[in-house]
Amino acid sequence: MKIFNKIGTRLILAVSFTVIVIISVFAYFNIQSHSNNLISEVERHANQLSETVKNTMQFDMLQNNREHIARLINTVAKEEGIKYIRILNKKGEIIYSTDKTQIGTMLDKKAESCYACHSENEPLHKLSIKERTRIFKLNKGSTGILGVINPIYNEQSCWNSDCHAHTSDQTVLGVLDITVDLKEVERLTDESKMDVAIFAIIAILVIAVILRILVKILIQRPVRDLLKATNYVAVGNLSHRINSSRKDEIGKLADSFDNMTLKLAEARIQLFQSDKMASIGRLAAGVAHEINNPLTGVLTYSSFLLKRVKDNPEMKADLEVIVRETKRSREIVKGLLDFSRQSTPKTGKIELKEIVENTIAVIANQLKINHITLEKKYGQNIPQLMADANQIQQVFLNLLINAIDAIGKKGGTITIATKEVYLSPYGTFQIRNATCLNGHSLIDEKHKIDGFPSIKLKAKSSQNEGFIHLNPIYGKHQHHYGIQFNDNEAINLSCPQCGISLVNENKKSPTCGAPIYSLIIPGKGTIEGCTKFNCNWQRWDAIDNAGDIDFVEIKISDTGSGIEPQYLSKIFDPFYSTKGQKGTGLGLSVIWGIVNNHRGKITVDSLVNEGTTFTILLPVRYE
Amino acid sequence: MNKKYDILIIDDEEVIINAIKMIATFNELTTATAINPKDALALLEEAEFNLIITDIMMPEMDGFQFLEIVKQMKIKTPVIMTTGYSTLENAIRALNCGAIAFVPKPFSFEELTSVFKRGMEYSKITNKLNSRNDCDDLLSIIPCPPKYYRLGFDSWMNEEYTGTVKIGVTDLFLNSVGTLDSIDIMNVDENIYQGNTSLKIIDSNEYIHQVLSPISGKIVSVNEKLLENINLLAKDPYFEGWIYTIIPFSIEVEIKNLTSCSSDI
Repeated sequence: MKIFNKIGTRLILAVSFTVIVIISVFAYFNIQSHSNNLISEVERHANQLSETVKNTMQFDMLQNNREHIARLINTVAKEEGIKYIRILNKKGEIIYSTDKTQIGTMLDKKAESCYACHSENEPLHKLSIKERTRIFKLNKGSTGILGVINPIYNEQSCWNSDCHAHTSDQTVLGVLDITVDLKEVERLTDESKMDVAIFAIIAILVIAVILRILVKILIQRPVRDLLKATNYVAVGNLSHRINSSRKDEIGKLADSFDNMTLKLAEARIQLFQSDKMASIGRLAAGVAHEINNPLTGVLTYSSFLLKRVKDNPEMKADLEVIVRETKRSREIVKGLLDFSRQSTPKTGKIELKEIVENTIAVIANQLKINHITLEKKYGQNIPQLMADANQIQQVFLNLLINAIDAIGKKGGTITIATKEVYLSPYGTFQIRNATCLNGHSLIDEKHKIDGFPSIKLKAKSSQNEGFIHLNPIYGKHQHHYGIQFNDNEAINLSCPQCGISLVNENKKSPTCGAPIYSLIIPGKGTIEGCTKFNCNWQRWDAIDNAGDIDFVEIKISDTGSGIEPQYLSKIFDPFYSTKGQKGTGLGLSVIWGIVNNHRGKITVDSLVNEGTTFTILLPVRYE
Repeated sequence: MNKKYDILIIDDEEVIINAIKMIATFNELTTATAINPKDALALLEEAEFNLIITDIMMPEMDGFQFLEIVKQMKIKTPVIMTTGYSTLENAIRALNCGAIAFVPKPFSFEELTSVFKRGMEYSKITNKLNSRNDCDDLLSIIPCPPKYYRLGFDSWMNEEYTGTVKIGVTDLFLNSVGTLDSIDIMNVDENIYQGNTSLKIIDSNEYIHQVLSPISGKIVSVNEKLLENINLLAKDPYFEGWIYTIIPFSIEVEIKNLTSCSSDI
């Protein structure tokens, strides 16, 4: 990718430009005010100096001690920064100056030093301090100069003095002119400008580095994960999940992506399944039609012959074989047609033992080839179930084939055991639907606990807030906590969608006295539980009152290779297969779906090298 | 319209035509044959038949389309349908479209003979009704009571208040069978399925006639009185002559495949 096409580069360029503009504007005003401050400081200093010089000179002037005055201004002018000091008389003649060459020259009224007073036609008598100073440049390119003129006014002491140089009607006797070089001020200002430029460059570099890191963490990595995931999906791997832990927009995008892949996977299974059934259906239809026509010829002629050879017992017996076997072929083709039609499920009363026996008949040959002993432990008086016989047979067939595969060629034992069990709904009954008072569903299909969609609640403790996923099996407490709690703390629970509180402060848990939460189970009352972290109390009156649930338990155990513990939780996921090229990874997920549709449960226990046991619980009745 | 045959045989396979012809000839029935429905329609223009037997799956025109055209031509000849693709759907559809019987291939000599016997009898009944110059087919036949549902002219069902369903055989079917000898019925607790054979009626000539079930369900009781007195069936086929009481599996879906008897009157 070209560097300018990257989000990071574009962001850095945009931010850098903004930073430059902001710093420039800020620097302009900052330096301006800094420079003004410096100049006014110089101005004040020059004024003070001018005033000091004038006051110091007063006595010498009264004495008309010109040598003294000249020495004084020369001494003062030695101070650093002072360019020159001069005194002009009323006519504009320079009478004293640190620059000896200027003495005696006349200054034009339009000259820089005179301009302040003589810009008007008539000279001013009084000058405010501000008006006394001016900044100018002697010629282009030279440093700036600050000039302070200080008019020397006529005073009584002047006209009363012995020299009688001045009369009392004069107002201004002359001007003290001090000019100060602004080289230092300009140097300081330039230095500030340099500082700001360096600061701006450093700021941009720092911002660029920080942005680069942030972009990498916040955008590049999650986007790369997403990109990788889309590529996985594109090549057909629908079991890949991003599992982003982020809560921001990209995290939501990743979650939504995961959800989409999940839905795609489910849709693909359904498509695969229906496609498969449709193909088998077409095949069966074709086979049935093609075989049944020639069979008709065989059956009609042989049965006709049978009718005609009534008196020939020998031929009759032979023909009877032909008729019987043709009729058997007819039943086989009919079975094929019936099988192809099982896509439309038919629920009826089924005899479990019959279905198991039918399934065993299908795999009997494979058992023999693999030297597998089959142990049957049928329970007494197993009740009939309401179920789809074909689907249940598919479940047994898949599990038995898996068991045979797990045992392999070395031989072993498969045990099929059935029994009737009564289970308390506590600890077995799945909550399939739960809502808040406003009717928002709390079931989170995405977050599953033991394969069942969990109940998502918003939780708030004294420390922080987040989400809790409740175990959807009534009475089971392997909840998933998104936040931390103190052991003894009561948690505030609310609906993640509308925020309505689920806690009933008036009701207290009978075991620990903490407030309880209650969730609405549509059509089945409410379920209540304790809000305290370490209290496991739960109550569901509607289900408790209905009594124990009648189940038939079917255990299929093998002495095969077993399943490694880390794979156990995954085996019911679609497209998860340990058989490599041999399997599609659909079998167990389809089984899970069938058992779940029958309101039953399937669990697995396995020890590596010892074997695997699948336990299926099917309710005798379900609503 | 001077020629008259007993049976018109339509099938796209020669061997089937020959087999059917052989069975018909053995039963002293005259036949004409056609290897496609078009030829059959041409034959129907120039000759009269007592019975038509047609295959369903044929190229160009299938058996159902053929049946539709025959109906439009106002030909009242009863039709028997047969197919190698013998699904329940085909069986139900055939009976609903007015076929008097559905015979799945492959059939045996005896099975087809039974159907021919019944078909010829059915033909006689309809001819008799027509010659009396009355357009109502069911005049001398007791019609199925309103609120009942029937599968073709084979069987009927009636939902009871208790949610169970009574099943029986229509009077037209019984009449076409002729004299009844005995019936072969299934046992309590067995399941019957819509469009599948649910009972066999054996006539005095020992021909076995199969009755297809109108609906699927589990049999909870059978009419014991019928086993003692078979004549009860012909005497009162819709009430005292019921066969099974069943608990239906999915009555809402299956009832759509049936004809309401309220529309018969």
